[in-house]
Amino acid sequence: MLISQFLLLGAAIFSLGVYGVLTRRNAVMVLLSVELMLAAININLVAFDRYLADSLGSGQVFALFVITVGAAEVGIGLAIILLIFRNRHSANVDELDLMKW
Amino acid sequence: MSVGDWLTDSQNWVFVVLSFGMLFTGWRVVTSKNVVHAVLYLVVTLAISAGFFLLLGAEFVAWVVVLISIGAVVVLFLFGIMITKAPMGQEVDLSHPNSVKIPAAIVSFVLFVFVGGAVLAAFPDTAFPDPSVTRAADIGDSMFQRWVIPFEVVSILLLAALIGGIVLARRDDSEIEAAAAAEEDAAAETGSGHAPEADEAEAEEAVALEAPKAAAEKADAAAAAEDAAATEAATS
Repeated sequence: MLISQFLLLGAAIFSLGVYGVLTRRNAVMVLLSVELMLAAININLVAFDRYLADSLGSGQVFALFVITVGAAEVGIGLAIILLIFRNRHSANVDELDLMKW
Repeated sequence: MSVGDWLTDSQNWVFVVLSFGMLFTGWRVVTSKNVVHAVLYLVVTLAISAGFFLLLGAEFVAWVVVLISIGAVVVLFLFGIMITKAPMGQEVDLSHPNSVKIPAAIVSFVLFVFVGGAVLAAFPDTAFPDPSVTRAADIGDSMFQRWVIPFEVVSILLLAALIGGIVLARRDDSEIEAAAAAEEDAAAETGSGHAPEADEAEAEEAVALEAPKAAAEKADAAAAAEDAAATEAATS
């Protein structure tokens, strides 16, 4: 196995996630695309860890932290979307333009 | 490494099959018209990423992804979809129109070309060293010796997320009192004829109060699962 095949796959999945963040209109779908990006990042981290044969397993530890921080971010993000939905009865990101000039 | 060598390694066939699967399900996550379908495609995507971790010999990370990313985060998403009453039918468009989709596709393709080009320029022919499977005990040792400070910081982050989620999602006490007072006034004015209506509204509010608590409990469960996984790594 080459390392470049894993890194290319990570790049492809990350690009799909970027496409999702830019395209989706529903706020929950945007969060879903961010989760996709985090999955791609984890593949990159673990591939580098295996390539460097790190005795500390740093890449895998970092991947565990990424999963944890992703879970915390999804929790808070959904709480924020819930509040927005409660106030505006819509989760459409196009309508959240209060801070626009 | 020649193409022939690459093709005869059976792990590469597994890699090709899994990567086609992941690219298809990832594409369906970002283009599906049904909200619940998109979440379920994300489940399959994360499961295939766990398969990649197993292919790379990272067993602990693979099962932690299944446990936490699929088992807690996706369930939290489904709660969020239920609570925000996200459009579940086919008639509402979940994505922007083509005027946004085409530039977005160009941007993401250019990003892929840049990153992919950098990868191929830096690691054209580099193969992995001897196959090895990382023991969970080694990850635990590393986590609690060298990386213990980030571990503690992440624990505090989870605590902050937990408290923040609860504070954000609960109803204000003044709101509850105002709503209850308004209902009482309406019931007193119109008499018993409107009592069933008031009961229905009360039941709705009770459900609406329960749902944010359920979302907070899910975050709690995710935090507890992460702690359990970490302590298991330390003791195994």
